[in-house]
Amino acid sequence: MVEISNNKKLLRIALRNCGLLNPEDIFEYIALGGYESLGKAITQMTQDQVIDEIKKSGLRGRGGGGFPTGLKWELTKKQKSQEKFIICNADEGDPGAFMDRSILEGDPHSVLEAMAIGGYAIGARKGLIYIRAEYPLAIARLSTALQQAGENGLLGENIFGTDFSFDIYLKYGAGAFVCGEETALINSCEGKRGEPNYKPPYPVEEGYWGYPTCVNNVETFANIAPIITKGAQWFASLGTEKCKGTKVFALVGKIKNVGVIEVPMGTTLREIIYDIGGGIPGGRKFKAVQTGGPSGGVIGEANLDTPMDYDSLISIGSMMGSGGMIIMDETDNMVKIAKFYLEFTMDESCGRCTPCRIGTKRLYEILNKITSRKGTMADLDALKQLAYMVKDGSLCGLGQTAPNPVISTMKYFWDEYLAFIKDVDHPRGEGRYTAKNKIGIRS
Amino acid sequence: MKINSLDKLKKIRNEYQKNVCLRVNSTDSENSDIRIEILIGMATCGISAGAKDTFNAFQEELAKQGVNDAKVVSVGCIGYCHSEPTVQVNIRGREPVLYGNVKKEEVQEIVQKHIKGGNPIEALTLAINFERA
Ligand SMILES: Cc1cc2nc3c(=O)[nH]c(=O)nc-3n(C[C@H](O)[C@H](O)[C@H](O)COP(=O)(O)O)c2cc1C
Repeated sequence: MVEISNNKKLLRIALRNCGLLNPEDIFEYIALGGYESLGKAITQMTQDQVIDEIKKSGLRGRGGGGFPTGLKWELTKKQKSQEKFIICNADEGDPGAFMDRSILEGDPHSVLEAMAIGGYAIGARKGLIYIRAEYPLAIARLSTALQQAGENGLLGENIFGTDFSFDIYLKYGAGAFVCGEETALINSCEGKRGEPNYKPPYPVEEGYWGYPTCVNNVETFANIAPIITKGAQWFASLGTEKCKGTKVFALVGKIKNVGVIEVPMGTTLREIIYDIGGGIPGGRKFKAVQTGGPSGGVIGEANLDTPMDYDSLISIGSMMGSGGMIIMDETDNMVKIAKFYLEFTMDESCGRCTPCRIGTKRLYEILNKITSRKGTMADLDALKQLAYMVKDGSLCGLGQTAPNPVISTMKYFWDEYLAFIKDVDHPRGEGRYTAKNKIGIRS
Repeated sequence: MKINSLDKLKKIRNEYQKNVCLRVNSTDSENSDIRIEILIGMATCGISAGAKDTFNAFQEELAKQGVNDAKVVSVGCIGYCHSEPTVQVNIRGREPVLYGNVKKEEVQEIVQKHIKGGNPIEALTLAINFERA
């Protein structure tokens, strides 16, 4: 059970040190118990014990997919290979998301420590942080942190006097959204075009330069050290049945308390928006919230009591994504919102597969036609059909989720689409409509 | 200096404890070396809202008003983007106080009334609605 009231305090795990310590001073991090998890893991636990602990905690990837982290580590460990890699995904390309940036700028050592723990568990000697170049301050603080950790022997050769050696390197992304997708990210790290590959083989089998590679998100890593020190049981006691722990969200848009929050999994949207976010400014009415950025969908008033966890969100046509949450009020037009996201995904489509390259462009064109009041009912049908075609036919997660904003706005705000249509026979879309062309399906 | 064992790490932890114990629990921090600590949120968000000016203003103002047992620390983002720059004042033996919208103009008043006078400025305070793991 998750309960939130104004007087009960929320627990911060991933953000535990943000705003508390000086991110440029490793000794403040150590004074707060930093690097003890790493010490404990590599001197007192076997690789399997570390993996087991993470598995038991129920931690799932915070980068969007929600894949169990312990399982991913186990799969990577099981691969037989001379060399393995662990990569931290700090690409954070969702519009309106800045959780990972807050963690990297506020507590860079927590990510480095967790990467070393992960490296030990899976048998990697090298780690990479793929970070977008638009985060100069995060890069600067990470570099300082890396240098300090190296100087103090917490990274490098023979950490804590054991025979475990581990180093971390930074790789800069040039700001392509698709490079957050793990196979595109690996290509980009190798200096190739940032385009995704067909999976399988998954990165845990063949990743960076063909070696087994484990890719995890910044926030996922930020949860690791507390799990090792406080134990899997403590972590598993938080959250819901299937989703343990907490989630960091960035609240933006038409909301009073814009900011970064961390709440237990399973908190409802209503609690997040009204109790923590303070509601909608200017006395206006809430209309919808977009979760999961351009890959997610809109959630209307009717679903505000949905608990925030990976599975519930998918069941209502959205997704958790990395945690950006954009709140819209009654003055926002949902068709234009869908168009905005399509413009983004159209721009960011890498062009490798046809459904995504051409499909997102066509979707955008139809939406443009509709919002300029030139659309017909047949356009709505074509829009809907094309949306499912792009979803089903695309190579990677970008194309597979790009139509979500269209599909969900059509589902929950159909009226707003109709309002744009000037159909002489059916000015408001009333009555029965039969498709006029072959691709039209009935709406 | 290399930290080559868990014991050495723990020794360093104890050594630096007195630098941060005010932050962990300011009401119970007898052995803190520092009496007053001013934490300024200096992530990208805070800096773009003017946190650097606030930081400098605190240092100038503390010197001007002769407070020499206070330390100004740059920290990460506390997440209250709606009220940047944010400043947390920890005084030994007292509950921490979090301020929002502290532009450089507000600094003089905070130093005078709160840090020297001991009375937090209610109008600028924000509630801290979370605990840390
Ligand atoms: C288009 C697209 C963009 C993505 N962007 C990010 C991102 O910015 N950050 C991230 O951590 N994961 C992103 N992902 C998810 C990654 O592919 C991958 O699932 C994740 O990094 C795995 O880490 P986790 O298991 O810790 O969640 C993206 C996926 C897709 C399809």
